[in-house]
Amino acid sequence: MEVPILKQGHYLIASIQSALTDADLSQLREALITRVGKYRARGVIVDVTALDVMDSFAVRTLRDIAHMARLRGSETVIVGIQPEVAFAMVQLGLSLKGISTALDLEEGLAFLDAKARERV
Amino acid sequence: MKVKDSHAPTAPQTQQQSGEDTKGVLRELVAHLRQNRTQLREEWARRITQARLLTAMTEEEIFAEATSVYDNYVEALETGTFEALQAYARNLSERIIPRGVETHEVIGIVLLLRDVLARSLFEKYHEDFTKLNRILDSYEPAANRVANTVAVGFVQERERIIRQQQEAIRELSTPVLQVRERLLILPIIGVIDPQRARQLTEQLLRAIRTNRAKVVVIDITGVAAMDSNVANHLVQTVEASRLLGATVIVTGLSPEIAQTLVTIGVDLSEMATVGDLQGGIEEAERLLGYKVLSLAEPAAPPQPA
Repeated sequence: MEVPILKQGHYLIASIQSALTDADLSQLREALITRVGKYRARGVIVDVTALDVMDSFAVRTLRDIAHMARLRGSETVIVGIQPEVAFAMVQLGLSLKGISTALDLEEGLAFLDAKARERV
Repeated sequence: MKVKDSHAPTAPQTQQQSGEDTKGVLRELVAHLRQNRTQLREEWARRITQARLLTAMTEEEIFAEATSVYDNYVEALETGTFEALQAYARNLSERIIPRGVETHEVIGIVLLLRDVLARSLFEKYHEDFTKLNRILDSYEPAANRVANTVAVGFVQERERIIRQQQEAIRELSTPVLQVRERLLILPIIGVIDPQRARQLTEQLLRAIRTNRAKVVVIDITGVAAMDSNVANHLVQTVEASRLLGATVIVTGLSPEIAQTLVTIGVDLSEMATVGDLQGGIEEAERLLGYKVLSLAEPAAPPQPA
């Protein structure tokens, strides 16, 4: 299933709606990194509220997206990680070290706005 | 209701009895108990005081309770239904357990009532032995059942309270408190075992979600000792909270714990630590953009006259 990517101001929002296969994840990564340049996005928000499991590939892909987007001049925030998912992730040692996270979409947008103000 | 038939089929039968007869006996018994209500009640209350039961209650209270118990008792004998008595026993237990009334006291007073009533029956029918036997045949099973009901009700109520308290202790052991909008504190007191650490983390993560917290202060002043397991749990909790977008500040690490952690080489570089809870809350307020001013001392210098 393709993940819709929305453009909101200077930001791109990818809202994951259902469980994704590895291929879907790779496709999402590609699409996001391409669009960061196309839309000159300042920030990327990946909303994972709908996911109740997050495997190592998903975590790695999210990490890759964040690092790649940063190389292309865009800050990434992962939002909406469920408490159970967060707990399982730390137990499995799947960390998102160095990558920004926020409670939900609203918080993510606020975080990116604050970052943008810092840069000015 | 056939109390006798249904509850004491094996009781010794002194003579042929029909159901009608049993009912008649029971009616006579109840009438006798109703007639001598005041006197028997007083006798019972006196025996209770004499036996030094229910010392937690005043004499007036004992008498008042005795009256209701007596009426319920007689009603249960008469109707053969124990629901009302059961409800009353539960209600009574609810009231007297917090006052420190013991199980043996409750059972004791019910048995006393049984004895008092049995004595009065002996007294009344001592001339007619056959009749006395028939009356007792009716009375004893019902009375025993009443005693049983009250005792079971009391014990059940106690068990319910114990369960409730266990639940409360479990909840209390990890209170997650909101002190300001978007700021939570989690004071940890006592020993942290893996099970508790897990529960703690789960509860904290849920609280972060519901309160939309941005900063969490975990205070471990009350934790006496820490080993690498506990330290790792703490690191995991911090990391999991961060995944939900909350910053964690750990406060109150005692000198002993600080030394242990450095000696065993736990990596706490990811963790923000502040000396005490006050400092932690101040730091959290700073992160959230709060500024706390004292009203007594105006922050601005006095205006020149």
